[in-house]
Amino acid sequence: MPATSDAIERALREDTGRVLAILIAAFGDIDLAEDALQEALLVAVERWPAGGLPDNPAAWLVTVARRKAFDRLRRDRTLAEKMPLLADLATDPFDDPAAMDDTPIPDERLKLVFTCCHPALALEARVALTLRLLGGLDTAEIARAFLVATPAMNQRLTRAKAKIRAAGIPYEVPPLTAVPERLDGVLHVLYLIFNEGYAATSGDAHIRADLCAEALRLAATLVDLLDARPELGPQPEAMGLLALLRLHDSRRAARLDAAGDIILLEDQDRRLWNRAAIDAGLSLLDRALALRRPGPYQIQAAIAALHARAATAADTDWQQIAALYDALRRVAPTPVVELNRAVAVGMARGPLAGLAQLQRPELAAALDGYHWYHAAVADFLRRAGYRPEARAAYVRALSLCDNRAEQIFLARRIAETS
Amino acid sequence: MQYMLLIYVDPQTYAGVTEEQLQTEMAEYYAFGPSLRERGIEVSGEGLQGIETATTLRVRDGQALITDGPFAETKEHLGGFYLIDVANLDEAIEVARRIPDVRRGSVEIRPVMVYN
Repeated sequence: MPATSDAIERALREDTGRVLAILIAAFGDIDLAEDALQEALLVAVERWPAGGLPDNPAAWLVTVARRKAFDRLRRDRTLAEKMPLLADLATDPFDDPAAMDDTPIPDERLKLVFTCCHPALALEARVALTLRLLGGLDTAEIARAFLVATPAMNQRLTRAKAKIRAAGIPYEVPPLTAVPERLDGVLHVLYLIFNEGYAATSGDAHIRADLCAEALRLAATLVDLLDARPELGPQPEAMGLLALLRLHDSRRAARLDAAGDIILLEDQDRRLWNRAAIDAGLSLLDRALALRRPGPYQIQAAIAALHARAATAADTDWQQIAALYDALRRVAPTPVVELNRAVAVGMARGPLAGLAQLQRPELAAALDGYHWYHAAVADFLRRAGYRPEARAAYVRALSLCDNRAEQIFLARRIAETS
Repeated sequence: MQYMLLIYVDPQTYAGVTEEQLQTEMAEYYAFGPSLRERGIEVSGEGLQGIETATTLRVRDGQALITDGPFAETKEHLGGFYLIDVANLDEAIEVARRIPDVRRGSVEIRPVMVYN
């Protein structure tokens, strides 16, 4: 039965990530795996429309890609060094076409997650590799998302792959004792990818939204992969991150007005919040919290959950949010957490209480160059009725801000307090 | 794969370390080397004398220039090394993690070049 282009596209989108992970794990060589997959995809696109989808498209792609890699290695002048790999490819378990369709293929993506997010790689390389090898974005798309020229992004990826090869970064799930520590690094990469899509509104807006979607998809995949490996033990922080991303993402439609300007949480039309995403986030968070091993992502998700549960901005339980920020700063004592905590305290106990927290000298010193700090100070000054002081702080915030949507927001506040 | 584990320590950090602590650490080192040999992953490993004993040599245009001291003045000095043979970087990290001085200084992990 001929296959429609929709069906083909869906099969390819669902399967290429898993297939690439299998090929990388089998070959121990990312470039060879990518090239072989590319060739297999060309064959698929040529054959599937008329011949129909194979019963097991992923297994089909693995088989064809392995043959392509085999052909390539046979032609390759470095054949001698690759002999062990060649022998391995020759005993292809998927070589029997009859067996191929009902052989479940293993999911090797968890190994690849730990390779891409290996702490021996620079953070920006981890982000790029994860999007490329697990997210399936091409180099040009990643370059656009991070406002980098394509050749520069290509070089970043090439260097990262070279380090993986030369330094012997394995394609393995780390030993049990190292999993929690290494998983933290993985979660951090996914969080950064989401934030890049969520916080920055400069650049190509469409690609930015894609980054959020990609981070969500990767986090969901990670939770599924971990669920499938009970011997690693439950990982509440992974669930916490996914819950956090779902809750943030649920507000996407309400965050910007028609002109693309920022609408603050308290001014958002809550009817635009995505209830299904909120419910999914809340139930996931409940599952994580029930494991009684709280961590920074679960706490942040709990804060997002309190916002999500408030029917109106005035109903927000700021006391509880301030208490959660207290817990968060114990596990993640950063100035930005302090800033958010101070804001919550101000919302719970009044603008002067918030100002007192914000104007603590060590916090003021640490965040003097951060525009949101001055915007928060300005906001409490405005609420407390100190308009000229508020205006001065908004001006300071604007002078430090290089994001267009945020600049427009701050300029509006300056006009309001003039 | 072979990895060189280069142990860097700032000698200043030894100030204030008691004799007893030093003894405990030496005992850790005495146990660490054999544990690698038992696993069959140690190629070699040595501690180095202090940089006050170092001599640096450069030859330029056939002329030898010999100077007193290490090749570069840094706070952390190369104090010793292990050359190990393990499957991958994660295993090398696992080994490096148990080097006593990693808690005080740093261990640089460098894959050894393979020549065909």
